[in-house]
Amino acid sequence: MSTVDVQTPVSEVRSGPGFMALFRIEMLLALRKRADIANPLLFFVTVLALLPLGVGPEPELLAKMAPGMIWVMALLSTMLSQESLFKGDFEDGTLEQLTLLPQPLYFAVLAKSLVHWIATGLPLALLSPLLALMLNLPVDGYVCLLVSLLLGTASLSLIGAIGAALTVALRRPGLLLALIVMPLYVPVLIFGTGAVQAAIDGYAYSAQLAILAALLAAAAALAPLAAAGAIRISLDN
Amino acid sequence: MTPKSQVVLQVRDLACERDGRRLFEGLQFSLQAGAAIQIKGSNGAGKTTLLRTLIGSSSDFTGEILWCDSAYPQSLSAMRESLLYIGHRGGVRSGLTPLENLTWYGADHEDALNALDKVDLTGFEDSLCHSLSAGQNRRVALARLFLPDSPRLWILDEPLTALDVVGVAALEEQMAVHLYSGGSILLTSHQPLSLAGLSEVNLSDYSVSEPFEDFGGEHVDS
Repeated sequence: MSTVDVQTPVSEVRSGPGFMALFRIEMLLALRKRADIANPLLFFVTVLALLPLGVGPEPELLAKMAPGMIWVMALLSTMLSQESLFKGDFEDGTLEQLTLLPQPLYFAVLAKSLVHWIATGLPLALLSPLLALMLNLPVDGYVCLLVSLLLGTASLSLIGAIGAALTVALRRPGLLLALIVMPLYVPVLIFGTGAVQAAIDGYAYSAQLAILAALLAAAAALAPLAAAGAIRISLDN
Repeated sequence: MTPKSQVVLQVRDLACERDGRRLFEGLQFSLQAGAAIQIKGSNGAGKTTLLRTLIGSSSDFTGEILWCDSAYPQSLSAMRESLLYIGHRGGVRSGLTPLENLTWYGADHEDALNALDKVDLTGFEDSLCHSLSAGQNRRVALARLFLPDSPRLWILDEPLTALDVVGVAALEEQMAVHLYSGGSILLTSHQPLSLAGLSEVNLSDYSVSEPFEDFGGEHVDS
């Protein structure tokens, strides 16, 4: 049956998939699970569409609430989609295989977080001007809202990976994940809404955006490290 | 039969714990190049924990583990470079096809097709794995063993689970090929294997006779 040449040498050293290979496979999986992409986005749009019906359609009131509501909903929809980030890989044993790769787990987590952002944060940010229009956000805030959401949601995806990694072995991580992740989301929320509010009020908002960018840089460097450590702990029991 | 009888993996006086329960202690064995060891033991004896300890996924152990005569954890990364581990969970992504799963593990297209042919999955290369049966998914995981340039140490947790008779025979043959070319295999299984150069280690022989005696007389139901 088997026709393998018995003289083939047994290899000593093996190299695992690089960052691009990890990224490509995650991207492929994300594209195959379109519902996972659509769900957080639909949640985001639906709640914001319902908001005027709930609080009343007065333009001034909506304009006042718009930056905060859009940002809070961005937070929630990112977090909701985060629960399944490592779940499938944990259950089918892929996570265990990833920890055995010669290269650090950091890159696998970074690739996963990046794909998570492309699938949730990026479309959400791109869609935000439309929702801003529905909520009567002053036109001066549009650019700032888009840029702040682009920077901020990327940080949220990275930070959320820590919570997803810590709770991966649990059957129902829901509330625990929120409790772990929400406090870490707070700085992003504060500077995100702060930037949009400043833009609406006609002040310079580059400082807030710079802080959001700094938070993103820190999250990209540290969050995958923390998540990788959390994965090893979750698997080690 | 074996080209060289060199010890690759050695375990000295190993004791493993899980959830605060000592599973076994005083475990000794050494695995040579070109040899295979079958870990036996009743359910819950610690077979999976032992394998996970050896690959460095579980750190709750006392005793010594040596890879090529140097001790863990220093030699752990060197060991992992020559390791192929297939766990209880096979590491097959259900959202990918068998072919994509294998190429993700570093195989090129041609080799992956060959390996899938060897595990009798021809015709299923491009079906998504979540539409395949448990046995077929097991075969996808095991197809990694049929790729060329295989790592020298195989650690397999219950590889025969869900396999039919033909599948078991093909796997045994591939294991024999691996041993012949100087590789080593450590596996757990409840089923008997016909494999030259296979020795057995029964974990039940090393189980702790009086559980929890180390906890200062604490009485716990065992």
